[in-house]
Amino acid sequence: MNIKSIRFFLGHLLWIEAAFMLPALLISLHYREMETVCAFLYTMGLMAIFIPLLLLKTRGERKVYARDGLVIVSLSWIVLSIFGALPFVFSGCIPRFVDALFETISGFTTTGATVLTDVEALPRGVLYWRSFTHWLGGMGVLVFLLIIVPNGGRGKGDLLHVLRAESPGPVVGKLAPKLRQSARILYIIYFGLTVLEIILLCLGGMPVFDSLVHALGTAGTGGFSIKNASIGYYDSYYLQTVIAVFMVLFGVNFSVYYLLLLRQFRDVRKNEELRVYFAIIAIATLLITINILPLYGSVKDALHHSFFQVSSIITTTGYCTTDFNLWPEFSRILLVLLMVVGASAGSTGGGVKVARIVILFKALKNSVQKLIHPRAVRVVKLDGAILEDPVIRATSTYMTAYWLLMAAAVLLVSLDNLSLETTVSSVFACFNNIGPGLDLVGAVGNYSGFSDFSKIVLSLTMLLGRLEIFPMLMLFIPQTWKEK
Amino acid sequence: MKIVIIGSGKVGFSLAEQLSKESHDIIIVDNNYEALQRAQESLDVMTLAGNGTDPLIQKTAGVDLSDLLIAVTPTDEVNLLCCILAKKLGCKHTIARVRNAENERMTRLIKEDLHLSMSINPERATAREMFRLLQTPSFITRDTFARGRVELLELKITEKSAFCGLPLSKISATLNTKLLVCSVERGQTTTIPRGSFTIEAGDKITIALAAQNIPGMLKNAGIAHSKVHNVMIVGGSRIAVFLAQMLLQTHVAVKIIEKDPERCKKLSELLPSALIINDDGSNQRVLQEEGISKMDALVSLTGLDEQNIITSMYADYLGVPKTITKLSRMEYAAMLKDRNTDTLISPKLVTANEIIRYVRAMASSGSGAMLSLHRIAGGRAEACEFTVSETTHHLNIPFRALKIRRDALVASIARAGKVIIPDGDDCLKLGDTVVIVVETGTPIINLNDIFVEEPF
Repeated sequence: MNIKSIRFFLGHLLWIEAAFMLPALLISLHYREMETVCAFLYTMGLMAIFIPLLLLKTRGERKVYARDGLVIVSLSWIVLSIFGALPFVFSGCIPRFVDALFETISGFTTTGATVLTDVEALPRGVLYWRSFTHWLGGMGVLVFLLIIVPNGGRGKGDLLHVLRAESPGPVVGKLAPKLRQSARILYIIYFGLTVLEIILLCLGGMPVFDSLVHALGTAGTGGFSIKNASIGYYDSYYLQTVIAVFMVLFGVNFSVYYLLLLRQFRDVRKNEELRVYFAIIAIATLLITINILPLYGSVKDALHHSFFQVSSIITTTGYCTTDFNLWPEFSRILLVLLMVVGASAGSTGGGVKVARIVILFKALKNSVQKLIHPRAVRVVKLDGAILEDPVIRATSTYMTAYWLLMAAAVLLVSLDNLSLETTVSSVFACFNNIGPGLDLVGAVGNYSGFSDFSKIVLSLTMLLGRLEIFPMLMLFIPQTWKEK
Repeated sequence: MKIVIIGSGKVGFSLAEQLSKESHDIIIVDNNYEALQRAQESLDVMTLAGNGTDPLIQKTAGVDLSDLLIAVTPTDEVNLLCCILAKKLGCKHTIARVRNAENERMTRLIKEDLHLSMSINPERATAREMFRLLQTPSFITRDTFARGRVELLELKITEKSAFCGLPLSKISATLNTKLLVCSVERGQTTTIPRGSFTIEAGDKITIALAAQNIPGMLKNAGIAHSKVHNVMIVGGSRIAVFLAQMLLQTHVAVKIIEKDPERCKKLSELLPSALIINDDGSNQRVLQEEGISKMDALVSLTGLDEQNIITSMYADYLGVPKTITKLSRMEYAAMLKDRNTDTLISPKLVTANEIIRYVRAMASSGSGAMLSLHRIAGGRAEACEFTVSETTHHLNIPFRALKIRRDALVASIARAGKVIIPDGDDCLKLGDTVVIVVETGTPIINLNDIFVEEPF
């Protein structure tokens, strides 16, 4: 194991996290929340002690092999969450560390599952930090690190493993020839879209702080709200629609935006994942609208709530305008299925990703064709390019691991003896980084009813889901820690 | 610069490796998925699967906006086609690898029509490199910097050499030539020596000096600048023909041993003044009969790396002053460095280096970025060339007053057409071209990396 590289990355990571806590500190100062100010100062002080220890003697050659890349990413996320949880504990908002850790992991993994019963009572600084974890976790903190990592390392191509391990999707490529450039492009687009949303929300009359926090939550497809009724609190079609549209936008593969900026419209039109993604949203919205029409009476209301909820669930954000737990069974099941589908590869959303579903469907179609014509030779194509066998195999393996781990998690959470609906939907909602599930953990519920054990299991599933399983699994394999 | 490389074979890979390190944006196009995976995983480049002659693929790769396209697929025709297409799409410069003699003649004839910036023949380039080394047999390798004004020479120290037993601080005075010892390879270790270091017999040293001072240095150092008069070439490959032609033009006697009788006929047709022997060059008796021990140099050029190594080692054992070994795979070269097979040459690397030299000449300087990078001392040290720009720290301050990394050395400064071999009283000035030698391991990306800065 390449301890030197790991320490290097962790050290720089804490440095970034500390820097990103500064705005939260300033917001607390602005609102004169002295306890919160102290909480952030303590955390940053603690980090200041750890950073030099981690960075001790890490100058020199840093070679990052595929294995190191995976371990770096998963360890980074754990360390990030541990330190990120400290302000909650120090400020007394979430006194128990397990709860604070659950909340932070839920934040960084853009899940948005909360253990808080009354969000509105929290100080502003803490609320900001909670939502900011969504933003940072959405695009990936190591992707951010790649932009600013000192330019001394030889063979920067090795760092591609880091980018790959942190970015969602079956095939992770670069947007530009240089890794640093790619990372920078991603963050520029991300930042631009977020600012646009803040402006549009402000124009709709939402207070500036609320706009900021909700834009951060939407951008990371997270779903932490600062109101107990989530987005339902803002009784405005305009605001809710802006958020719904932006959720859909943040669920699109960011390379699409890059292509749009480069004016390569032909390539965008060719993008199958994008078309399928929009098609799924349209069909699901339509079906649910018809299904819930009796509940709302007017087509306009039904369509509005249906579209908001579909975009919120498929992008794995988890904002709500209404309690969808009260909807008819068909709509509820459809939403659970959308949880599994998830957003596009290369977006900030979670779930299995539309790209994987498309690949699996095509591979399935081929296999069936092969039964009819055993000697037929067919290749699977995506966006007009041939999908190589290793990619298809990796996708199938991913799905196997996905269902197995999900089943194991359901079994472990079932020890809490809650209803079947709560148990299964909580694991679905956490693994796919959505947040709200059904029943106890529904739109108006929260995760405070679970035991500590279940909270830890659910935290792990959130990390598994966000990092797409394999980086996390690496940590539990003894060979990983042996010297080569 | 934005560079598209078509073909991810050995040459394409080493080109991409080197050029991406020199901070160019590289896109590799190839139709082999595995080859691309390999490149993608170890280099900071972008890859694209597809046929390089497909205009759609070229457009996707952004050839129309690129500064340079390098076509190094195995097929000459494909390479030429790629270049024509790229030029049509608006690529600024194109380089093609053309190895077939007929194609090469054709290319030379219509180079203007093809708008080709450069065409390279790996065999000819390899032969030229070997020829250059045979002209100065005392040097193991020879790298030129600052447009040929500065040379880095690698030589082996024998007991008779004037270098032997001298501390570095006295060398310039003793030899009456300004030179700097940049690296010393002794046994397994390579060091960047300080003034008190003493050179011993058996060391391989790399020295930096002005190109015009080489003859004087050789004379003063008592290095026998023995000219090569007769060369034995084992293996009558295409490289052998090119090399023999060059050697024969300078009146060096050439003896070629080739196994295939048909090939021998062809060789004798192409090279009427060379002596062609039809026999097995791996046979010791044959080598003996043909007087291997009396040769000034032996070049092994068969298609088998193993046989080339053995033949060269045998020649070395018999005391042939200079041997050159062709290797297609350089992976094991490090192991052979300690044996005495003098110079190892890989046509693929020669090709890559030639192209890189061209690219560097193309790239505009002045941003403080690296101009060139050469591996020296068997890959254990690197010589990098930089231009001093406004962003460089500590301008006009003598080196004596600066803290410079222990594993780095300023080997030469080229200023206004003059070459300075620096000592503690010299300093960096705006517009200088400097050569830095650094131990492999902690690379220098920017010239400022050589200074030890106080941690902030």
